[in-house]
Amino acid sequence: MDFDYTAEENAFREEVRKFISENLPPKKERDKNFLNTWLEKVRAKGWVGFSWPKEFGGSAGGLIEQTILREEMALAKAPPLGTSMMGLAWVGPGIMEYGTEEQKRKFIPDILDSKVTWCTGYSEPNHGSDLAAIQCKAELHGDNYVVNGQKIWTTGAPWSQWIILLTRTQFDVESKHDGITCLLVPMDAPGVEVRPIENMAGDKHFAEIFFTDVQVPVENRLGAEGDGWKVTVSALANERSSIGEVTQMFAKLENLKELVKVTYKQGKPAQEDPSVRRKVAQFEMKIAAMKYNGLRYLTKQIKGEPLTSETSVNKLHRASLEIEMDDFAVELTGQAGLQLRGGDAAVDGGSWSKSALNWPNVVIGGGTPNIQRNIIAERLLGMPKD
Amino acid sequence: MNFGFTEEQNLLRDQVERFMQDTCPMPRVRELSNTGGFDEALWKQIGELGWLGLLIPEAYGGLGLKWIDQVVVLEAAATGLCPLPIASHALASTAILACASDAQKSRWLPAMASGEAVCTLGLYDDANWIDPSAITASAKASGEGYVLGGTKPFVNDASNADYLLLAVHGPEGLALAAVGKEEVRITPQPTMDSTKPMASVDLEGVHISADSLVPMTQEQLSYLTDCGALAVTAEMVGAGEAILNLTSDYAKQRIQFGKPIGQYQGVKHRLADMYVDLESYRSLCYFAGWCADDDPQELARAVSLAKGYASDAFNQIGIDGVGLHGAIGFTAEYDAQLFLKRSKWARPMFGDSDFHLNRVASLGGL
Repeated sequence: MDFDYTAEENAFREEVRKFISENLPPKKERDKNFLNTWLEKVRAKGWVGFSWPKEFGGSAGGLIEQTILREEMALAKAPPLGTSMMGLAWVGPGIMEYGTEEQKRKFIPDILDSKVTWCTGYSEPNHGSDLAAIQCKAELHGDNYVVNGQKIWTTGAPWSQWIILLTRTQFDVESKHDGITCLLVPMDAPGVEVRPIENMAGDKHFAEIFFTDVQVPVENRLGAEGDGWKVTVSALANERSSIGEVTQMFAKLENLKELVKVTYKQGKPAQEDPSVRRKVAQFEMKIAAMKYNGLRYLTKQIKGEPLTSETSVNKLHRASLEIEMDDFAVELTGQAGLQLRGGDAAVDGGSWSKSALNWPNVVIGGGTPNIQRNIIAERLLGMPKD
Repeated sequence: MNFGFTEEQNLLRDQVERFMQDTCPMPRVRELSNTGGFDEALWKQIGELGWLGLLIPEAYGGLGLKWIDQVVVLEAAATGLCPLPIASHALASTAILACASDAQKSRWLPAMASGEAVCTLGLYDDANWIDPSAITASAKASGEGYVLGGTKPFVNDASNADYLLLAVHGPEGLALAAVGKEEVRITPQPTMDSTKPMASVDLEGVHISADSLVPMTQEQLSYLTDCGALAVTAEMVGAGEAILNLTSDYAKQRIQFGKPIGQYQGVKHRLADMYVDLESYRSLCYFAGWCADDDPQELARAVSLAKGYASDAFNQIGIDGVGLHGAIGFTAEYDAQLFLKRSKWARPMFGDSDFHLNRVASLGGL
């Protein structure tokens, strides 16, 4: 057991810090070109797709360096390293693993250069958690698949240029996991209609998408026909260290403590209230648990042992923290806590009340907590499937 | 960066777990705990294996290892609810190493390292207060030595110890009085968990020699309390894992309404939550174990995060472990209930979750 970093690792951390201090001006001083300049510079550093193989334009960065990079970026509250979050998280890795040479040439550079934003067409009106039961139909006619069906709650759909789409190419199957095919579809293809959906926080981040006789050339199929489930599972299994998230959550905890210090409850300083102290300490306890769970899993990976479903542990912690921390801040600040941005008494610019309405982005987006519990119970504890 | 165990530590863990399965299996644990007894042969055996002198430097006949190695042993021993006073003995060793003079170390440590002298440590006299003021026993100067006063109502493993190190307020401040079992009046107390014997120790009027009093600073008291909480948390990791395994195995086999009960989400989700909590306080415990020797500045916070989590989580794991079994879990003959009892014992020991979480809040600036 050893929590020290090697000289090379420390030097890399210094390099990241130096880069941040030179290239990340305070928010007020950022002009409208800032983000583009930032994206170009981090790309030139090789930090976009940092872990990807060099042949695809990545840097083949090691696990610890990835961790350091995420940690430092999160500490500095830096903008993301690319605008295609899903492209970098799973579409790119999926294409590198299952794509044809032509697909790799066509799609990978644009993801790394933040030229193209991807969304993910999984959920349908009748199939969310039960993802493998999807019905969106793709039929091969000559050199094209013809897609008909609907996706919904597709995050990023209103502004994405491409979608990685799960379709059903075969309906008469023994297992619902068979007969699924993964297609890469431009969002401006004729027959694709996006209708944004407003969420409870008032944002329009997700949408329903209708596909009517959309022609998708067969060369845009990712993996073999019928292999879509395998492609999806292995893309989603491209698990990342949760260290960056943990750093963000520690920062949020600090904000929460600052709020506690200036807040009064029933006329007395809130920070003297035993129940407030206990609650804040429990947040710290869970975030620290995420940190040390993450470091244990990272150590496993470094030793070459594959991670299986352990990452669901931290996903469950994150889900409960995402809900509870904002909820706590809102309750703590009483009627002022209710006010949104613009309210005379709004707390911290209404940021707590806003995020208290935005938790489903994280909590439901990557698989609901009950799905994570199924994964843990079935894959780690050996319980029979539902 | 490496948050994993060494080959040697993994071998040690396997060795202790095997010992529990083969040499001190659950029927033997029950026999021992029912009679409040102490198995000298078993104790001698683990002494020969070196487990009782892990923390003691080689110069005094120990192995000179660290608390993280002690955590490995305590965790593995607790998978079988080991009733032997390994934790108390380790804490007494830590107290001597932290507080005693070289002469005292030379006098006591070799017999502790081999296990020849069974030792324990008694700190606080209030049922639920971690503070120097919660030590009410006293030592007053008397002739060449001291005369002790008061009672230590809650001393772990006192009935089975040859020597007891007991916190007192002495003429010069806090101190540990080293007394032999013959010198004091030890009264075993029945508790919910018979695998963890507890006794009161009456010190009133007991005379000890000058070199049997070991001065202790408040920082040292605090350090020993942290090591105590760490030891108990390590045992909660092992015992938590064992009851989770027992309950998972049962959920796979028990058929109701035509299906294994582990197929129902009401059962499997509870098991998943038990797993999440266990893995989490496990990680916090290992980090605290590392801090004990390698980052003592961070120990208080690390221990409080770990014990603050484990105290309540393991308590719930004990309740759900019994509850998910149904009536069989409630049956004396079945082992699940023994783990529930251990969780009750561990909860207040060296500070409950309120104490530890409040300390986390203070250390975090509130």
